[in-house]
Amino acid sequence: MKTVTVSVVTPDGPVLENAYEMVSCKAENGELGILPGHIPLVAPLTISSVRLKKEGDEDELAVSGGFLEVRPDNVTILAQSAEKPGDIDVERARKAKERAERRLQSKQDDIDFKRAQLALQRAVNRLDIAGTK
Amino acid sequence: MASLNDIKGRINSTKNMKKITSAMEMVSTAKLNRAEQNAKSFVPYMEKIQEVVASIASGDSDANHPMLTSRDVKKTGYVVITADRGLAGAFNSNVLRELNNNLSKHKSKDEYIVIAIGKMAREFCRKRNMPVATEVVGIDDQPDFADIKELATETVNLFVNEEVDEIYMIYNHFESIISQKVTEKKLLPLTDLDSGNQKTSSSYEYEPNQEDILNVLLPQYAESLVYGAILDSKASEHAARMTAMKNATDNANDMIDDLSLTYNRLRQAAITQEISEIVGGASALE
Repeated sequence: MKTVTVSVVTPDGPVLENAYEMVSCKAENGELGILPGHIPLVAPLTISSVRLKKEGDEDELAVSGGFLEVRPDNVTILAQSAEKPGDIDVERARKAKERAERRLQSKQDDIDFKRAQLALQRAVNRLDIAGTK
Repeated sequence: MASLNDIKGRINSTKNMKKITSAMEMVSTAKLNRAEQNAKSFVPYMEKIQEVVASIASGDSDANHPMLTSRDVKKTGYVVITADRGLAGAFNSNVLRELNNNLSKHKSKDEYIVIAIGKMAREFCRKRNMPVATEVVGIDDQPDFADIKELATETVNLFVNEEVDEIYMIYNHFESIISQKVTEKKLLPLTDLDSGNQKTSSSYEYEPNQEDILNVLLPQYAESLVYGAILDSKASEHAARMTAMKNATDNANDMIDDLSLTYNRLRQAAITQEISEIVGGASALE
């Protein structure tokens, strides 16, 4: 199978660099599957999981605040945070989820609401991915 | 003339001080290494995001985004990055002096607002009653992006919500261990994007479209600039403190040498005097 080099980079340093057969992720407009030889593409990613497939194996990453840059022979995912399931701090995510839920219930002004929603999404995403391992 | 005991006391207290300064020097050296590593691991992200932003922004010039266009400046924001502690030579005062120079160009306090990072900047602004938008103290020596995110977002929002019309960052740029240079960098609007490197003449497909991507990308880019500046400043801080403490240790060594010399001379003089007194006494008996 042809492969494409995928590198995941965050401000805290590179997270992963490896060859994969397929990348599937969730962009703002819906799911995207990238195979080797894709035309150059840039797309923002939602707070979601990125799945990287190789020889029947699948690696998963929790990303937030990221976007995808595709070239025919390599794919770069730039994200403000990207974690492998093993690196996720489940306890912290759970606490963040509770906190965000509390904030959403006590209705405050607009900005706080939005922030709490994002925080909740991030926490739920992390918990989902940590749970699937 | 100081007595033997006085000098001995001074030698001892200088020695104690030297212990502290040399310990601080070693701590700073270790922290500097980590800070340099952090700054290094941030580089790939920065380069990549810069490349993509530049290629979008310069590719088709119909890409128009509020963060890319300059507007009339009614109010200026200054992000000032200092340390939480002193004992780092001129590290903090250099930044604050640069800030003062900039502020003196404004006619009234309504024309600027300060985003103070670090205890030194906070105290400086409080004492002078400057308008402060946000103040952040106690940033970790090895900050994660997550720690900085909130501050960065707030800063970028100042511009997006048109509270300020331009934002500058003032911080110490890490050039080398012995040299840190105060830098003033324009954060927003992003005007110097197309740095002329058209090496990757890649024409991307945009999903969904350029405008939406810029909406997501530019705030992220600006946030990462803030984060980069903080990492840079942290590395400079540790380097400055290391140098300052090294100088202090060297000075303490010199002082101990001088004092020991004086001490030994005095002691020798006292012994000589004692001997001559004994000899004098003995010869008087004969």
